[in-house]
Amino acid sequence: MSLTAITYLVVGLTFALYIGIAIWARAGSTSEFYVAGGGVHPVLNGMATGADWMSAASFISMAGLIAGMGYGGGLFLMGWTGGYVLLAMLLAPYLRKFGKFTVPQFVGDRFYSKGASSVAVICLLAASLTYIIGQMTGVGVAFSRFLGVSNTAGILIGMTIVFAYAVFGGMKGITYTQVAQYCVLILAYTVPAIFISLQLTGNPLPQLGLGSDMVGTSVPLLEKLNQVVTELGFGEYTTSVPGSKLNMFVYTVSLMIGTAGLPHVIIRFFTVPKVKDARSSAGWALVFIAILYTTAPAVAAMARLNIHATVNEAVLGGGDLFDNENILQYENRPAWMERWEVTGLLQFEDKNNDGRMQYYNDATTDPEVLAKAEAAGWEGSELDVNRDIIVLANPEIAMLPNWVIALVAAGGLAAALSTAAGLLLAISSAISHDLLKDMWMPDLSEKGELLAGKIAMACSLIVAAYLGLNPPGFAAGTVAIAFGLAASSIFPVLMMGIFNKRMNKEGAIAGMLAGLGVTMLYVFAHKGLFFIPGTEFLGLFGGEPNFFFGISPNAFGAIGAIINFAVAYGVSKVTPAPPEHIQELVESVRVPRGSKAVSGGH
Amino acid sequence: MEMDRSAQAYWKAVLKLVGQILIVWFLVSYGAGILFADALNNIHLGGYPLGFWFAQQGSIYVFVALIFIYAKLMGKIDEKFDVHEQ
Repeated sequence: MSLTAITYLVVGLTFALYIGIAIWARAGSTSEFYVAGGGVHPVLNGMATGADWMSAASFISMAGLIAGMGYGGGLFLMGWTGGYVLLAMLLAPYLRKFGKFTVPQFVGDRFYSKGASSVAVICLLAASLTYIIGQMTGVGVAFSRFLGVSNTAGILIGMTIVFAYAVFGGMKGITYTQVAQYCVLILAYTVPAIFISLQLTGNPLPQLGLGSDMVGTSVPLLEKLNQVVTELGFGEYTTSVPGSKLNMFVYTVSLMIGTAGLPHVIIRFFTVPKVKDARSSAGWALVFIAILYTTAPAVAAMARLNIHATVNEAVLGGGDLFDNENILQYENRPAWMERWEVTGLLQFEDKNNDGRMQYYNDATTDPEVLAKAEAAGWEGSELDVNRDIIVLANPEIAMLPNWVIALVAAGGLAAALSTAAGLLLAISSAISHDLLKDMWMPDLSEKGELLAGKIAMACSLIVAAYLGLNPPGFAAGTVAIAFGLAASSIFPVLMMGIFNKRMNKEGAIAGMLAGLGVTMLYVFAHKGLFFIPGTEFLGLFGGEPNFFFGISPNAFGAIGAIINFAVAYGVSKVTPAPPEHIQELVESVRVPRGSKAVSGGH
Repeated sequence: MEMDRSAQAYWKAVLKLVGQILIVWFLVSYGAGILFADALNNIHLGGYPLGFWFAQQGSIYVFVALIFIYAKLMGKIDEKFDVHEQ
């Protein structure tokens, strides 16, 4: 069977499975639509959280970014897992005890103010929408390759499917389909990694293979990779940092606390039966996430090595990397390159017209590399590989069997769809439940609420798809901004709501506005007003990118969070303490006894 | 009065546990993975430089362990102060 036929078959089968489960568990009342009646087992909930969590950014984009960044890419790995420790200890059990559906409801009740809850809705929408833009970028990559169409067409088709999918089920459909999706995506991620690890190091476990010697030699894989990339003018793989150590530090903080503040993840912990389960659920979620996250660095390093090996025989065969005889001729390029050229995400430009594909760092400042390149008649790097394609192309690069390539396509689609659907749900519940029902139209019927939720989903998808066509960065980078927004607004307010009895509504509102505002200002200055290309206003701040101590906009959420805490604390000191019953509420949230099933009614 | 003291003592015990776990959490990721990574890279774990290993592998394993340790110890604290769910 041809590759295309197998891909359609595998993707078709997995979709049939998800839709089958969604029909079987179709949502009825609004309570079921949002949180599946509060009766999901911690292990299953952990798996579903894993699928929800591991989006297009984790599955499709992250390893590609690590492949390019090397050691510094560890910030994604630590950031997106370390946040679960915070979530498990600082937020999940208490929010579960509180027993409400959504983050804005908690904020509204704890800070006894509809104003605070509206601001929380705004923060939630800002983070979730940005997140979906990143997802749409990933969806575009997956669908364009899968259907053999341009990236733009891929995004539009993907958008339609995500919408149909999210509207169809509710959380209940989504919880059980997500368990299935987790299984598909983790197989799709680990199977090719195992194959590749075996090929390169003879060790079937990628986590160990990355630390092993190259097959048939006594040279460790990472040492070999270091040697190849530095010789070609790139930074050393195992030590290169993004910008500075400070930037890496702050970036990691931002992703960690963003993880703990992202509404579509928090909402998961409302669905477990008990407070006790909320704690272990976070642990189970992290177990399932860690399987992918510890495999990713191996995928990254091995893919990097394989790409160089594909275009340059000297990489694995030994010999001179700058000898043109070792460089791949364009007409002999492997089929996977042709397939990705169709999407426009892999490009070859024959700058020195010799028909061969020279790939090196032409922006290097190393005079030795530049001299060697010039001597070899190289006139610039000729291959441009979009980092977002690395994972999907990985099995093709390593020449694995067709069914593995098909499986990865199915996994990529599962990852993109599940997270997009989970996010849409968070957005729709924020608008229909927290804004419309609780604030503007209290007598809205259940039916009206569901309809409003669906309209909200459609609108946010259209916005996300439009911006996904002109993405502010790679999928994982855009998603990192979403984390920054959550980190600077939602995490601090939740934390202070639980750990600071004296925090009042004035402090909370001022803190959220300050944190979110500052972070948005910094991000928009770099990436354009609401990410619309061409509206950057870096000039206002002197025109220097990363002007705040060299911290990149993707990492700025941590600074926003500090500002949020500081402003909230300052304002609460000079305004009246919260009323007695609120302080008692905080006391009661802190102890597990007396937890009830979640309720959303008033 | 007796009950109130107990509630405060419970919260204190919780904060102490959380604090201890956060110290480990910080040391493996920000410490070994970032701040001291360069120094640790002189030590090798198989083919891994140790600092690189902490940043891309080790810290994740420790995080998983930390959550389960936390959940278990919290369960004990809950029972000790008799605030666990029935």
